[in-house]
Amino acid sequence: MTRPSSLMFYLLVAAIVTAGLIMIIHRHWVYDIPLIPGESRTIWSLEAKVSFVAENGPVKVSLARPSDQQGFTLVRESGASPGYGLNFVEQGSSPNGRVQSSPRAQWTIRSASGAQELYYHVDLMESSAPSLRAIPAPALSPSEDWPDPYRTAIEAVMKASFETSADNFSFARELIKRFNQEDAPQNVRLLKRAYQNRLPQLLQEMLNAARVPAAVVYGLELEDGRRRQNLIPMLSVWQDGKRHVFNLSDGSLEENKPLLLWEQTGAPVLDVMGGHDSGVRFSMLRREESAYGVQEEILPDDSLFNFSVHSLPVEEQAMFKTIFLLPVGALVVCILRILVGVRTSGTFMPVLIAIAFLQTSLVTGILGFLLVVGTGLAIRSYLSHLNLLLVARISAGIIAVVGIITMLSVISYKTGLTEGLKIIFFPMVILAWTVERMSILWEEEGPREVVIQGGGSLITAVLAYFAMQSEIMRHLTFNFMGVQLVILGLVLLLGSYSGYRLSELKRFTSFRKRV
Amino acid sequence: MTRRFISPFQLRDYGILGINRRNREYVSRYNPRRLFPLVDNKLLTKQTVALAEIPTPGLICEVRQQSEIRHLMDHLQGHSGFAIKPAKGSGGKGILVITHRDGDVFFKSSGVALTPEDLQRHVSNILSGLYSLGGSADMTLIEDLIHVAPHFERFTVEGVPDIRVIVCRGFPVMAMMRLSTHASDGKANLHQGAVGVGLDLATGKALNAVQRDQTIEVHPDTGEDLSTLEVPDWKDLLITAARCYDVTGLGYLGTDMVIDRDRGPLLLELNARPGLSIQMTNGAGLLPRLRKIDSLSEAETRLSAEKRVAMSQRWFGGLH
Repeated sequence: MTRPSSLMFYLLVAAIVTAGLIMIIHRHWVYDIPLIPGESRTIWSLEAKVSFVAENGPVKVSLARPSDQQGFTLVRESGASPGYGLNFVEQGSSPNGRVQSSPRAQWTIRSASGAQELYYHVDLMESSAPSLRAIPAPALSPSEDWPDPYRTAIEAVMKASFETSADNFSFARELIKRFNQEDAPQNVRLLKRAYQNRLPQLLQEMLNAARVPAAVVYGLELEDGRRRQNLIPMLSVWQDGKRHVFNLSDGSLEENKPLLLWEQTGAPVLDVMGGHDSGVRFSMLRREESAYGVQEEILPDDSLFNFSVHSLPVEEQAMFKTIFLLPVGALVVCILRILVGVRTSGTFMPVLIAIAFLQTSLVTGILGFLLVVGTGLAIRSYLSHLNLLLVARISAGIIAVVGIITMLSVISYKTGLTEGLKIIFFPMVILAWTVERMSILWEEEGPREVVIQGGGSLITAVLAYFAMQSEIMRHLTFNFMGVQLVILGLVLLLGSYSGYRLSELKRFTSFRKRV
Repeated sequence: MTRRFISPFQLRDYGILGINRRNREYVSRYNPRRLFPLVDNKLLTKQTVALAEIPTPGLICEVRQQSEIRHLMDHLQGHSGFAIKPAKGSGGKGILVITHRDGDVFFKSSGVALTPEDLQRHVSNILSGLYSLGGSADMTLIEDLIHVAPHFERFTVEGVPDIRVIVCRGFPVMAMMRLSTHASDGKANLHQGAVGVGLDLATGKALNAVQRDQTIEVHPDTGEDLSTLEVPDWKDLLITAARCYDVTGLGYLGTDMVIDRDRGPLLLELNARPGLSIQMTNGAGLLPRLRKIDSLSEAETRLSAEKRVAMSQRWFGGLH
């Protein structure tokens, strides 16, 4: 039984899917973006957003720029700053004249007032080539004259560290270790309290006092899709022309996340003259480009007709990276509900839970979900005795969920399970509604239905998570707009499916006996 | 695998209607969205079918606002049995049936005792939308208790059996009776364990009985032989069901009716998305019958309800 409009419908779907495929192929051929993530180079797009309040006069802003280093090769950089003059300065001496400074970006303007925002954008390619340029050791700073009682404490710590070390590197590691000890001795605790805002600088001064060349440098932990990040102060130590960078929290380099040294020489990251309340925040994004495309330096087409998301600032692009995964989750829900017949509580609740799983990792996410909903149900069963109005009851539910999440975070942190902290990524209002729905379901249909629908939601969420988390999906949805159209076409097709669901093949089994 | 599942081709050969096809080809084609409020709101349904003089259970009172709950007990003065229902509830959700009272203590059919505060809380929950679709604000209806006709007393426990007739474009296509059991807690919902008995459109006699998708011969609680079940005044009941199409304009309807000891057939509620389990109770698929109705002309759907029922009985009755 076909309806007269069905031909038009299939033509429309075919047109949408074709348009999507053409867009994909166009992007693949013209921009040379690989269809499969493996065969490409990883590019990190970083964006520094400098903000400050100008004081109604001339302004000069100087921001450190990253340079080629172990693990990264600079591909291209640019700045955005309406009305400002912008200069990329290669090398120079830092304002205090002490060390040779890293390359910097300098913005200047004759007169500005009010809140200002300047952008610096850089693309770095992940590479295994060793850095060609060695960073020379800075001159030792003149010995610091620490006030009593700190001086005695500092000298005691230095003496102890010196005795248990062999060279500059082990000395630095020992120092950092002493400051990170769980049960630090009295004198270290005193120092940590007094110098809590400039601990890296204190360590550098201590190293210098022991005639060890050192500098405070600033690194950025690269993680896809992060926004509004801060630089992490680290300690760079030299010995015989060799250099080692120490993480201040554990005396080593963190291995699991790529680390970019934004500023390598010890010069200040940001210098603003003629403004106050200045700060710099970083956004980052990972994408794949073919090696060919990187070398050719195909610059984004800035014409009016370039409506690609890739022309947006990195901060917004990072947001879209997640948003573009939503249709994938929706497609999974469509397949499970229309073709399989899985019952879920709330149509697209599983997609939101899956997005939370993306942030928390799967096992933590599932455990957290079960804990929150389980505890929520227990609290809700008490609330149902109080004879409350619905809106107030849901609000109480939201507060209870917030409380549970807070408690779970604190407990997991105290017991050393920092993974548990990520539970805060759960959509709390959605969880509160889920608890409410499940609890009504429990009262009306019994626990069996709760297990069926809760389990269905969880399975859907897990499958949606796997679809959205897969490297190839992330790559395809972010790099090819056409994928969205193809998904739209699939969803429309699913919407016109009137055949049996998998669950119905089971439900109607009793008809088999009637042969 | 083959033992636990049935092949889709076999299902098609039996003419079984699936959810996707029901939604696309029947519910969304024959039921215009704007008419849904008529059936989604029981009060509106009552008022609409009253125009066609289709009888419904007597209305004791309606509660529209939380502030009216204080007067609940005044309204219930002198009523010993009644049913509290959400106007927009679906699938029997939120229906509280009180079979008798002892002063200020109210008893459910299962024997559970409730206080006036319990009743007020229930009404308050209904008003705040606990049982309505999408959680929107709702109204509460309080209706007279329905008394089981003596004819059916031996087939049911704790509840009133109801008769579901699927009416497509005004033609009854399939019917079943739902008998409550202990397992279903006095509710006539098949998925909660009520017994479904398929009814022959021609005679109103039992065809086949099913509980939780299993064929059964006797009522699990009363032990009565279900094949002896027969609905009296069958043709009149079908005509009442068929007339619901004329008065609502909904082309794919599930009509739920009860037979009251004193008042005879009453329309309980209408459903614009009737379920598919009726096929199991009848041991037959809906699809061949619906295809037959699909092929009818507009003019044929405008025949009188009596004529349509006669045609349906000829086409679909006694097929087994």
